[in-house]
Amino acid sequence: MTIGLSHYLAVAAILFTIGVFGIFVNRKNVIVILMSIELILLAVNINFVAFSAYLHDVVGQIFAMFVLTVAAAEAAVGLAILVTFFRNRGGIAVDDAAVMKG
Amino acid sequence: MNFSADLSLALPEVILAVGALALLVWGAFQSRANMVFSLAAVALLVAAGAAAVLGPMGRGFSGGLIADQASAFAKVAIYAASAIAIPLGQPWFQRRGVNNFEFPILIVLAALGMGMMASAGDLISLYIGVELHSLALYVLAAIHRDNAKASEAGLKYFVLGALSSGLLLYGASLIYGFAGSTHFDIIAQSVEGGANVGVLFGLVFLICGLAFKISAAPFHMWTPDVYEGAPTPVVAFFGAAPKMAAMVLLARVLAEGFGGAAEQWAQILVIVALASVAVGAFAGLVQTNLKRLWAYSSIANIGYAVLGLASGDAAGVQAMLVFMVLYMVDVTGFFACLAALSRDGRPMETISDMAGLFKERPGIALAMSAFALSALGLPPFSGFWAKFYVFKAAIGAGLGVVAVIALVGSVVAAFYYLRLIKVMWFDASAGATDTPPVEARVIALSLALFTFPVVLVALVFIDPLAAAAAAAFGLA
Repeated sequence: MTIGLSHYLAVAAILFTIGVFGIFVNRKNVIVILMSIELILLAVNINFVAFSAYLHDVVGQIFAMFVLTVAAAEAAVGLAILVTFFRNRGGIAVDDAAVMKG
Repeated sequence: MNFSADLSLALPEVILAVGALALLVWGAFQSRANMVFSLAAVALLVAAGAAAVLGPMGRGFSGGLIADQASAFAKVAIYAASAIAIPLGQPWFQRRGVNNFEFPILIVLAALGMGMMASAGDLISLYIGVELHSLALYVLAAIHRDNAKASEAGLKYFVLGALSSGLLLYGASLIYGFAGSTHFDIIAQSVEGGANVGVLFGLVFLICGLAFKISAAPFHMWTPDVYEGAPTPVVAFFGAAPKMAAMVLLARVLAEGFGGAAEQWAQILVIVALASVAVGAFAGLVQTNLKRLWAYSSIANIGYAVLGLASGDAAGVQAMLVFMVLYMVDVTGFFACLAALSRDGRPMETISDMAGLFKERPGIALAMSAFALSALGLPPFSGFWAKFYVFKAAIGAGLGVVAVIALVGSVVAAFYYLRLIKVMWFDASAGATDTPPVEARVIALSLALFTFPVVLVALVFIDPLAAAAAAAFGLA
């Protein structure tokens, strides 16, 4: 069996779904949510690189580089906000983030 | 096109980027924020706005960056709203002992990202613009870092914002793969005469991602929490400029990239618009916190803007642009009023706090009434003219039934606006309020004057400018 474009797309779709479910189903820990976000971005990167190879077009790989860079910045900002949250609340359980409702 | 010509097209972005970095270095050498620092940030925004209007027009960086009438129109509105947020916010934070010099810098960085969104001509610059402004906004929401509510708001905004960026990116990757390019004009060629399923799938993800950013239903759930938790001057900024940038970006992607699939995306937008109007009107009825209430009001109002875009023609885009400009004034002004009010040092944020405000602070009570009536869409206030444009465009595009349903939504929403006015004017006073700070009062009152009567004069200028901007998108 040769591995073709559709296999990569299927893997990316599965990773993307796991990432989205990781955000909504997870009720324990905010760090897990950050990991899920990374998973979503990695799924997108697989898509870009697979399409880039398939189309013989370098733009997809350039886009993937941008996504990697921004993902790093996003993780930094997310962790910084999480630190302030921890200082105020003394925990990072998802259920802690429920002062405001409605 | 050579590199220096490209750079001259990006002059507003260059000014803001270099200026923000210079401010950051300057800020690192002084211990606390001061007036000159804020003024320098405002001056940067003014210079960038002037560059957007007076600078050359065209496409640069191999089509990745577009400077045209539409981007100039949006940038002026965005930079103006950002420039107002700085004098509104900095003294507010200083009174609460938050002496961060970062606040003006973050506003400038967010404005840089929003300017890129308005100028994006390529999926890469679209993504970079969206992320640049989002990252600054996440930090702004949590900038009051000793406040539990603010850090919770920042966290929620971050998680849902990152999810929406993920959706947007996944859509972008599918569009890139199935249309063969990230450039809007090449995507438009491949979409012409019917888009294939892969591209449509990507388009749906892209619209979902952007709907998060404009807080349109069913992607609105972060809005009430973030509006309630974030510092009031920051919310005044959140409600206005980012929505404008995301709406212009949405219009540009759909018009320039997916003009051939207009029937498909118009259907999606009609559903999004009606859902937003319904959620905003009905969920707003039970709110007691004014910041939450105004979050639902903003969801409903974004519904009308999306309805304008759903018309799918130049008149619809023009209606959307006029609506957004007038709505930005409303929302900034209302939160400026809230930033001005406090009782015994505590912010006044609930409807019952506002009881008898007219006897205490007649000026601010009048201004808040003007903003509420304008958001409701009562003539002759600015909100009426905004809705008038939208409904005219919708009916012109054969969306008469949809327009009527949206109008019913605004009748339902009238309840909570009128209740606020009734509480302010007729209920017994709940005690003396503190003297409002000068800057918030000046901003609130001058924006209230804009909603009526200045708007009648301003519309004479806004109308042709918005028409020229809408024509730049190339819809029929």
